[in-house]
Amino acid sequence: MMQTIAKTRIAALVSGLLFGAGLVISGMVDPLRVLGFLDVNGTWDPTLAFVMGGALLVTLPTFQALGRLTKPLFAEKFALPTRRDIDARLVGGAALFGVGWGLVGLCPGPALVVLSTLQAPAFLFVGCMLAGMLLYQFTME
Amino acid sequence: MQIAEFSVATGLGGGLLIGLAAALLIVANGNIAGISGIAGTLLRKWDGSTVWRLLFVIGLLAGGVLVPWVSGTPLTMTVDVPTPLLMLAGLLVGFGTRLGSGCTSGHGVCGLARLSPRSLVATATFMLCAAVTVYVVRHVAGA
Repeated sequence: MMQTIAKTRIAALVSGLLFGAGLVISGMVDPLRVLGFLDVNGTWDPTLAFVMGGALLVTLPTFQALGRLTKPLFAEKFALPTRRDIDARLVGGAALFGVGWGLVGLCPGPALVVLSTLQAPAFLFVGCMLAGMLLYQFTME
Repeated sequence: MQIAEFSVATGLGGGLLIGLAAALLIVANGNIAGISGIAGTLLRKWDGSTVWRLLFVIGLLAGGVLVPWVSGTPLTMTVDVPTPLLMLAGLLVGFGTRLGSGCTSGHGVCGLARLSPRSLVATATFMLCAAVTVYVVRHVAGA
């Protein structure tokens, strides 16, 4: 019988694979398509709404039914956020992220996926994104 | 309002795959499929969770290579943003997602499904700020 630790690793790999495939198939790795959704004053591209809707069609019932499981299939407990308060960090962080997202049209998932294009802007963006994460760690944590 | 050419099938289909990915990670391993959290934690500390986080990222990258390879449509990316703005945007996305505890996947795909008030506020905030930014760049500054 396969060890549980191996199962969690395979599940993580398959989850990443499905996620990356979904991002490519949906067209969300194309920053111009994302900007087309965000630009309600231009020629509007509704794709992102269908992508988010499709994802929620699966995640909404899954997360709502999660309580029926006493624990995950391959782990001891669920690692779910418990905070419910709205604080300045949450809103400020989301606002800064939104501005960055609106400037280029890349959020973290698609940014990592487009590295495979081997184009310089992809590496520059991801490099700065990781630097931004490190900057947060060193200044705010 | 003009509507761009788009495909419901690939949008919805890709979205279902993303949802399936998030469902698998929570049901199998009990973890939230939040890209900024997974990547940010890899940068912060290496512990017992490092291997699955790395494998998730490897899978994500592999998915981005495999789909274009199988479909015969190479992945291309068009960015028409000056380099300093591109770098600023990257910094804001990295810093902001960590400060705000999540991005489009963690707050959007997973948090909204949990009906988390924090994720609802975060998602509304980053959507609105992104739309305002696009408006300013395209219709105010670019006009």
